[in-house]
Amino acid sequence: MTDTTGAIKRRESKSSAVLKAFKRLWRYPTTLIGFTLVFLFLVIALFGPTIAPYTYTQQNLVNKLQPPSEEHIFGTDQFGRDVYSRVLVGSRDVLSVAGAGTAVAVFLGLLLGLISAYRGGLFDELIMRFMDVILSIPPLLLAMVILFSLGPSRLNVILVVGFLYIPMVARVVRSVVLDLKTRQFVEAARLRGESSFYILYREIFPNVLPHLAVEASMRFSYSIFLVASLGFLGLGVQPPSPDWGLMVGEARTWFHQARWVLFFPAGAIALLVVAVGFMSDGLRRMLLPGGVSDA
Amino acid sequence: MPDPAADFKIKENQDICRPVLDARDITVTYRTEKGPLHTVRNVNLQIGSGEIYGLVGESGSGKSTLARALVRYLPANGILSSGSVHLGDTDLLALTKAEMRKVWGARVTMVHQDPNAAINPAIPIGEQIAEVARIHLHMNKNDAKDKAMEMLNKVRMPDPESVARRYAHQLSGGMLQRVLIAIAMTTNPELLIMDEPTTALDVTTEAVILDLIGELMFEYNTAILYITHNLGVVARVCNRVGVLYAGEIMEEGCISRVFKNKLHPYTRGLLGCVPRVDANKKDISLKAIPGYIPRPDQLPHGCIFAPRCELVEPACEEKRPSLIEIESGHLTACRRHEELKKIGDVVADTRESHEEEAEYGELVLDARNIKKYFPVSAGLSSIFGGKGSEVKAVDDMSVRMRRSFTMGIVGESGCGKTTFARCIMGLEQATSGEIELEGELLPYSVAKRSWETLRKMQMVFQNPDASLNPQHPAGESVGRPLILLRDMSRKQVQERVKELFQAVNLPEDFINRLPHELSGGEKQRVAIARAFAADPILMVCDEPISSLDVSVQASLMNLLVDLQESQGTSYLFISHDLAAVRHLSDWIAVVYLGRLWEIGSAEDVFVPPCHPYTEALLSAIPIPDPDIRQDSIRLKGSVPSAMNIPSGCRFHTRCPRKIGPICENEEPPWQDAENYHQICCHIPLAELRSLQGEGLIKKPQSAGGDSK
Repeated sequence: MTDTTGAIKRRESKSSAVLKAFKRLWRYPTTLIGFTLVFLFLVIALFGPTIAPYTYTQQNLVNKLQPPSEEHIFGTDQFGRDVYSRVLVGSRDVLSVAGAGTAVAVFLGLLLGLISAYRGGLFDELIMRFMDVILSIPPLLLAMVILFSLGPSRLNVILVVGFLYIPMVARVVRSVVLDLKTRQFVEAARLRGESSFYILYREIFPNVLPHLAVEASMRFSYSIFLVASLGFLGLGVQPPSPDWGLMVGEARTWFHQARWVLFFPAGAIALLVVAVGFMSDGLRRMLLPGGVSDA
Repeated sequence: MPDPAADFKIKENQDICRPVLDARDITVTYRTEKGPLHTVRNVNLQIGSGEIYGLVGESGSGKSTLARALVRYLPANGILSSGSVHLGDTDLLALTKAEMRKVWGARVTMVHQDPNAAINPAIPIGEQIAEVARIHLHMNKNDAKDKAMEMLNKVRMPDPESVARRYAHQLSGGMLQRVLIAIAMTTNPELLIMDEPTTALDVTTEAVILDLIGELMFEYNTAILYITHNLGVVARVCNRVGVLYAGEIMEEGCISRVFKNKLHPYTRGLLGCVPRVDANKKDISLKAIPGYIPRPDQLPHGCIFAPRCELVEPACEEKRPSLIEIESGHLTACRRHEELKKIGDVVADTRESHEEEAEYGELVLDARNIKKYFPVSAGLSSIFGGKGSEVKAVDDMSVRMRRSFTMGIVGESGCGKTTFARCIMGLEQATSGEIELEGELLPYSVAKRSWETLRKMQMVFQNPDASLNPQHPAGESVGRPLILLRDMSRKQVQERVKELFQAVNLPEDFINRLPHELSGGEKQRVAIARAFAADPILMVCDEPISSLDVSVQASLMNLLVDLQESQGTSYLFISHDLAAVRHLSDWIAVVYLGRLWEIGSAEDVFVPPCHPYTEALLSAIPIPDPDIRQDSIRLKGSVPSAMNIPSGCRFHTRCPRKIGPICENEEPPWQDAENYHQICCHIPLAELRSLQGEGLIKKPQSAGGDSK
C-alpha cells in the first residue's frame, strides 16, 4: 500500500468520525438550535448591510419612535432610524469584536497555559498567581478602569476582552497539560530524546485541542455579553455605530415611549448568548464524550 | 485455624436440592444506535444455598451484564428480553420497582471490584454498615451499631473499634474490601454477587480475602455468584464454575470435574494461557487462543467459538450446538468433546530444548546501590526550621544483567519496583547510586544522556491506553524513534515500520489506525514495536501485560520471548504476577519496601530455602489447578508506609517467621545459597529449608493425599 492511499484512508476515517459526531449531535435539539442560530447570526453579520432595507445611519426625524409597522418591522428610534436595519448591521460589530477578543484570549491563554504547566516550578507559580490576581477583580470593573484610561475604541475593547479572559483559558489549558504530561506517551517521547518544542507541539497540543475548542466557545459567549455591557456603558464602539449594547444604552431614555427600540437589540444579545451557550454544550458532547470534567 | 480451603471443598459434593437462584433462558438485549444487541443469550443458571458459583470468561464475554440482569439492575438501555428469574420462591421479574428495592441490599447484595468507588468517602465505616442494618433489618440506632461491630468482627477486621470510626481514605484496599463484604453480609442475603472483588488487590491481600470468603460461606448459607477472569481464583474458592463466552455458557460443572476433565476447547484454551509456576519459557511456550471474542452483532452462524477453535470441523460451523450434560452436572456446548478427551491435557507446547548456555553474554546493565528518596514537604513547620521527611521509595537496590537475559522484579504494589525502573531509564533522577550500561556510567537524567544511550534503552509501559498518543496513527508512533534515533530516511522508515508490524504480528493496514481503533492487546503490540524500533539492548517492561486478558497475556509473553531470541535484547520485567515472572525470567529479584530480599535464578527462587516474604508470595498465587496444595502462609496487614520504614529487618512487622528481637533491631545479613542465589534474612539457610519443607507448591501424589 502506498503512502497516498494510506493518507486518503485516514482522511476518510476522520471525516466519517466527524459525520458520526454530527449524527450523534442531532439527537440533542438544543445543540441543533444552538448551531443553527449561530450560523444564522454569522450569515447576518456577513450580509447584514445587503439584507437591511435601510442604511443604519439613515435618519428620518418625522418618523421617530414609530412602533413596528410594515415599513419598519422593528420600529424606529429617536432619530427615526430603522431598528431592524440597525440590529442586522450591528451583529457585525458584536461578533467581530467579541470574536477577535476571544481569539486573543485563547491564543495567549493557550501559550501561557502550555508553557506554565510544562515548565512547572517557580515560573508556573508566578504566572498562575498573576492569573489569580486578574481573576479576583470583577471583569466589568477592570474593563471599565482600563477603557477609561485607554479611551474607548474598537481595538481597545478587543484587547481588554482578550486580556480579561486569558486567565480562564490558561487555567483550563494548564490543567489539561498537567494531566497529559505525566501520560506515558509523553514519557516515551522524553525517553527518545524529543525536544520540549516537539513534545508540546506534536504530543501535547493535539490532545489539548478539543478542550480548547470547548473552552473557546464558552469564552465567546462570555465575550459577547461583556462587549455588549461595555457598549451599554458607552465604553465600546462609539455612536452612531449600531452596536447592540450601545443601542440598548441609548434606548433606555425612551423606554416609556418606545419599548421596541430597547427590546430588539436586547433580545438579539440574549438570543446570541443562549445560542452560543447551546453550541458550546454541543461541542463538549461532541469533542469530549464521556463527560470529562471541566479540566 | 482450620484450613478453609480443605473445609469448604467438602460442600462441593453436597446435593443442591433446591437452588436459591434459579434463572432460566436468560437473554439480555441492549438497545443501541445500530439496533438491538443480544449480549447474553439463553443462559441457564442455578445456584444452591451455600454454594459459590464461579463465572469466568474474557472481558466482553457478558459476565457483568448477566449478573446485573439476574437482579434486574441493568442500565437504562438494557432489557431482560426473555427468561425467568426466581430467588427462592419469589419471581423477580414479577416485582415492581418499589418491591425490587426491598430485595436489593437485603436479599441480594453485591461486592464490586473497586471498593473506593463503592464506599461513601464522607461517612465513617461503622455508620455505613449500621445504615444497612437500620434500613433493611429495621434496627434502632444502638442495635445497628452493635450489628456493625459484629459484622466487622465477622470479617476478621483488625482493631474493629477504631476502624468503625474511620473513613474510607484511611483504610487500605484489602480492608475496604472487607468492609464491603461486611456490608453485603449484614442482612444475611440469599444471593451475593461478587464482581471481580480481588482483581484490584495484591496477591497477598487477595489470598487473605479469598480465605475470608471461604470461611464466611461456612457460617452463612448465602449463594454466591463469583465473577472473575482469573481461573486460579476460581480453583481456589468456587464449588462450581460456568465458562461464559460471548454471552453463552460453554461449559459448566463442579470445579474438580471441569479442571480435570475439560470438555470444551475454550476452557482448555483459557487454562493453556496461564503460565505455570513449575516451568518457564525454556520448557514451554504458552498456547494463546488466536483471534478475538466476536461482537454480539457479528456472531458466527454455527458454534460461536468455531473461528478460534483448534478442533473445528465443517460441521461445527453449520449449526450452533446446545449445552448438553455429559456427566452429572457437567455440561458442555462442544459437539466434539469426545475427541477432546482423547487429546489429553497437554495444552502448552513444549519447546525444543535449547542448548543450555553455560555462560551468559557480556554485562549489559550494572545498576549499583540505587536510591531514590522523595522529599515530603514539611509544611508549616519548615518555617520554624523543621525538616521535611523523606519517602524512601527505593533504598539501595542493585541489579546486574547480561545480554539476552531477563531479570524479573516482583513485589507488592508500592514496594518501589516501578520507581527503580524509572530511575534506570532516567525518568526519575536517582538520589544516589551508579548506573552502568555496557560499562559506561550514565547520567541520572534522561535529558543528559547521549543519543546512543537513548537508543539502547527502551521501555514498555503498563497502561496500553496511555502509552500511545491518541492523536497519532500507530505507524507514526512506531516510526518516530527510527527517524530520531536511527537517522533513517522516509523511505527506510516506511519499510522498517512494515517489518516491525509484521514482527509483532499486526496486519499492515493497522499502520494507519488511531489508538482508539485498536484493542488493548493490539495497542501493547504497537508499544512493543515502538520499543524495538530503536533496536535496543535493554528493554524495561513495567507490568506490560497485567491489564490484559489471559489469552492476550499469553500471546504477548510468547511475542516477548520470540523477540528476545531473535534480537538478543535483555528484559527488565516488572510484575506483581509471580507466574508471569516465573515464566519469562532467568533471574528473579524479590522487592519489599524499596529493597531486595532475595535474588537468584528463577528455579532457585521458587524452591526452598527462600525468604519468608517470597514464601508468602508463593503461597498466595492462585493456581488454576484445584489439586495443587499450597501452604497457607498469610501476611498480616498491609505494606508499611515508605515514610516510616520499620527498624531492623523491614519485613519484621508482617513476617510469619519472625524469630525475635534480633529482627526488630538488626538489619539482616545476605546469605549465599548455591548458584549465586542470595537471601537476606536472619534465619540460617539450613533452618529456612527445614521449615519450608520440600516444595512450596505441591502436587498431590494420590487422591488420598488430597484431604488434610
